Amino acid sequence: MMNSVDAAVVIEGLRVRRGSTTVLDGLDLSIPRGQVVGLLGPSGCGKTTLMRSIVGVQRVAGGRVEVLGQPAGSGALRHRVGYVTQAASVYDDLTVRQNLAYFRRVLGAGKHDVERAIDATDLGANAGQLVSTLSGGQLSRVSLAAALLGSPDLLVLDEPTVGLDPLLRVELWSLFHRLADGGTSLLISSHVMDEATRCDRLLLMREGAILADTTPDELLAETGAADAEGAFLTLLRRHHPRHALDDAEPGGTPGGADDDGAAR
Amino acid sequence: MNATRTLATTARVLSQIRHDPRTILLLVVVPSLLIGLVAWIFTDTDVFATIGPAMLALFPFVVMFLVTSITTLRERRTGTLERLLSMPLGKGDFILGYTLAFGLLAVIQSLVASGYAIWVCGLTIKGDVWLLVAVAVADAVLGSTLGLFASAFARTEFQVVQFMPAIVFPQILLGGIFLPRDQLPAGLKEISDWLPLSHAVDALNAVATDSHDAAYVGGQLLIIGAFAVGAVVVGALTLQRRTS
Repeated sequence: MMNSVDAAVVIEGLRVRRGSTTVLDGLDLSIPRGQVVGLLGPSGCGKTTLMRSIVGVQRVAGGRVEVLGQPAGSGALRHRVGYVTQAASVYDDLTVRQNLAYFRRVLGAGKHDVERAIDATDLGANAGQLVSTLSGGQLSRVSLAAALLGSPDLLVLDEPTVGLDPLLRVELWSLFHRLADGGTSLLISSHVMDEATRCDRLLLMREGAILADTTPDELLAETGAADAEGAFLTLLRRHHPRHALDDAEPGGTPGGADDDGAAR
Repeated sequence: MNATRTLATTARVLSQIRHDPRTILLLVVVPSLLIGLVAWIFTDTDVFATIGPAMLALFPFVVMFLVTSITTLRERRTGTLERLLSMPLGKGDFILGYTLAFGLLAVIQSLVASGYAIWVCGLTIKGDVWLLVAVAVADAVLGSTLGLFASAFARTEFQVVQFMPAIVFPQILLGGIFLPRDQLPAGLKEISDWLPLSHAVDALNAVATDSHDAAYVGGQLLIIGAFAVGAVVVGALTLQRRTS
């Protein structure tokens, strides 16, 4: 287990309730620094709630969330954590550049940062355009560009590649890796399993629990599956033996259901 | 709180509005048109001379309340507020930034409405015209800050529009426009003393008839200002960095 010096995020016993339902119930997790970590799982499994807790905008019922050595949401972290929500949270009655210029002033980042973020997200041709006239893919890139301002140490991105052109998606993933090489820690959620192989590490999540905390290679090797989708299915069947009735589990043993530690 | 971030927010809100010429037109023109309508209705009577000053309190107040409450509610709903609160923006920066932006619009709106009432509709002002404008501006800023306050308690645009009858209408009914406040039944008179719009109407009437000195008008202005500050403070308290 990583200690809090070389971990970007350390979570112990995190509990979150929304209304009468418990979304996260005693979640433990550690995310290393300087890596691209994918958070994968079906819609509604608690990915966004977990990300909000890390950013410090989620009201939590208990547990400890430490980000870059400080309690999540503390004042000093607001310069160091970039957050992109699922819905593009930018002003649609401003141009791309006006949006970024405002967020830059709020962050107190350098003036050249706006152009750097525009270049990084390939928005140069649209910089003077009103956000309301952009396509969905362009819109989510504006939101991403805003999170790149001020070069945060941790980027928390909630499904940043949804609805993007495949070429652009490849470009963004290489941007994410360039950022990680430069020391930025990234946590990126997705419900598209084929993006798993692009990550340095993977967190597989289902119904508020982390099923696996591993690397793409380890995941495939350990489950014997051909791709991430198959590996996820294998893990699910291991945790929920009822699903195993449909299909024989590759390499499964009768004790597989108790095999919680193996995936870690 | 930080002046750069507050002013950045003000500039941002103003450039958002600049991209929306229709809103600017509505903000500046609608109160004047309504005042003109009231003047026209009472052409052959001397009623406009009596209620005209109150109209300067009423229409900008209502318009600013609506525009501000809906704009800030939109900010809460689109997720931009959540983004800002995860950044180093203070709650005070946010609210004050909005107050300054809409306050500036309120100044323009009140100048236009006062000028229109006096020079086009022939409203007679016996006192100092600039004092009249000052009260009208304070009153429009008050509408703006109450709008900020109301938006904190609404989850949808439908709800925030319902706050208009709930927060604004009682003030109109009891503000001395329908019946002079000293003729209100016991109980209602005391309630109306605690409503900010009453003080705006009193001050405007005092300037129009020159029945009180500037110190009285200044006192009323202070009361309006206190309500505006109170609404801003409570509005800022309702902004939560962590939500469920």
